[in-house]
Amino acid sequence: MASKPFLSIEGLTQRFPDGQGDTLTVFEDASFGIEKGEFVCIIGHSGCGKSTIMNILAGLAEPTSGVIKMDGFEVSGPSLDRGVVFQNYSLLPWLSALKNVTFGVKARHPDWNKKKVEQHAREFLAKVGLDGDVVHRKPSQLSGGMRQRVSIARAFANQSELLLLDEPFGALDALTRGTIQDELLKVWGDSEQTVFMITHDIDEAILLADRILLMTNGPFARVAESVEITIPRPRSRTEIVEHANYYAIRNHLVQFLGHRSKELAGQQVVEADDRSPQTVRIDKSGELPDARSADTSGGAPHLLAVND
Amino acid sequence: MAGVTLSDNKRAAILSIVMLAVGLLIWELAIPGQKAVGELTEYERLSGAGSQKAGVPPPSQVLAKAWEELSNPFYVNGPNDKGIGIQIGHSIYRVLTGYALAAVVAIPFGFLIGMSAVAYKAFNPFIQVLRPISPLAWMPLALFIIQDSDASAIFVIFICSIWPMLLNTAFGVAGVRQDWVNVARTHELGHLKTAFTVILPAAAPTIVTGMRISIGIAWLVIVAAEMLVGGTGIGYYVWNEWNNLDLTSVIFSILMIGIVGMMLDAAFATLQRAVAYAE
Repeated sequence: MASKPFLSIEGLTQRFPDGQGDTLTVFEDASFGIEKGEFVCIIGHSGCGKSTIMNILAGLAEPTSGVIKMDGFEVSGPSLDRGVVFQNYSLLPWLSALKNVTFGVKARHPDWNKKKVEQHAREFLAKVGLDGDVVHRKPSQLSGGMRQRVSIARAFANQSELLLLDEPFGALDALTRGTIQDELLKVWGDSEQTVFMITHDIDEAILLADRILLMTNGPFARVAESVEITIPRPRSRTEIVEHANYYAIRNHLVQFLGHRSKELAGQQVVEADDRSPQTVRIDKSGELPDARSADTSGGAPHLLAVND
Repeated sequence: MAGVTLSDNKRAAILSIVMLAVGLLIWELAIPGQKAVGELTEYERLSGAGSQKAGVPPPSQVLAKAWEELSNPFYVNGPNDKGIGIQIGHSIYRVLTGYALAAVVAIPFGFLIGMSAVAYKAFNPFIQVLRPISPLAWMPLALFIIQDSDASAIFVIFICSIWPMLLNTAFGVAGVRQDWVNVARTHELGHLKTAFTVILPAAAPTIVTGMRISIGIAWLVIVAAEMLVGGTGIGYYVWNEWNNLDLTSVIFSILMIGIVGMMLDAAFATLQRAVAYAE
């Protein structure tokens, strides 16, 4: 990355008191960049501080040290430029689905009249498949999937430059998850928003992301690798599994989470300039089919080590 | 059996009516009729049994009294003889005035206490000491300082209804889910806007529960307060009729206190349903 990326996270460190007078370092010196319009997923085991990074990006938490720069300017505190979709939807239960979305639109555009606000909100609700009388229901009368749709509509309707998704599909069943992932891709495709998303689901990350950041286990977690998803868009869940790179990438991720996230844990990087994650690019689509079996080294060194 | 096809509500209503009828009948039969003077033995007459005795009136007399009072509730025959409607009106006016003043103080104040853990801890000892004081214990002090019996009664209502509202507001505000506050923060809402569009609706069910408890207490206390300050009001009416040894009126006014209290409670139950939400 020669020029400064749109969003750059520089030397982010979070320490908490551990209750015994000492401090617990969740992650240290986390540094990475995100380009404008990119969809980036971050994967790591529980406790590595993904949610903390998310909260810091959202401005809801303060890091112990380090800075976040958006468009070259340091950011602090929450802002409408950074929209958030929370894991537990965080809809206001006394408002209808529509009012939950207009709540956000009104905050974004205080000068708009009521009709325009509602029209804009309905447009985004329709994008995630919610229209008709459903929009007048309260969150308690909606299924989990519908609630998360409302939450996504609220975030996208605000057209913030950066969208932060904190495990948005964590509480949904696999089928609903699939449908909403498709809707998310569609809404994101229509916009030029940058998305940063936490997930635990490798397949979801491969389907959605341009790049996947891998974190080592905590404490002293760091962003170790940045894996490029070399599968062209538009992607569909049935087609990407046929792509030559799919299982190569998938295996690499599984190996990282299975072994190397542990092995690399606690290793503090000594060199000051080696803060950013190592870029991993796995691309087998150009190779001949018979060359695949022989390839046990190079871009994907752990490719054939799945079964050990 | 016809009862099998009736809804639960209808069956409960029938049971209520039966219980009322049986209760009234037992009451009616339990009151011994007074013997006419002619039927008394000489001993009974000499020992004073012939004189008029004040007994507990039977329900038929109370109903007749109720009919009489309720058909003309707003008459004024001098300071000690006013219609039941006027008496209840005075009581409701005092309760609502004291209650409104308490709400104006307790809800904003409870909001502040609920928002700040330090404020909550700092005010808590005072609240804990003041809260268990019987509101009537303030009466002498109120009479001395305010020098007006009507205003003192209102003050007593104020002081008794403030605590449940204050504590429930603080509790409700402190318990608003951080997620919802975060929604407000990520939408760059100011403090005042957050308070009105997120915290107030989120805490409203708890606040209105406090308000409902308060109005119940205020209605309990007004009767006692009016017995002390006198002049007007349903509490004064009960005491005045006791002094007149008119037990029929006493029982009638007791029933009226119950009915008005029930209506006040029902109004707040409606409000409670209006602000309720399911998570």
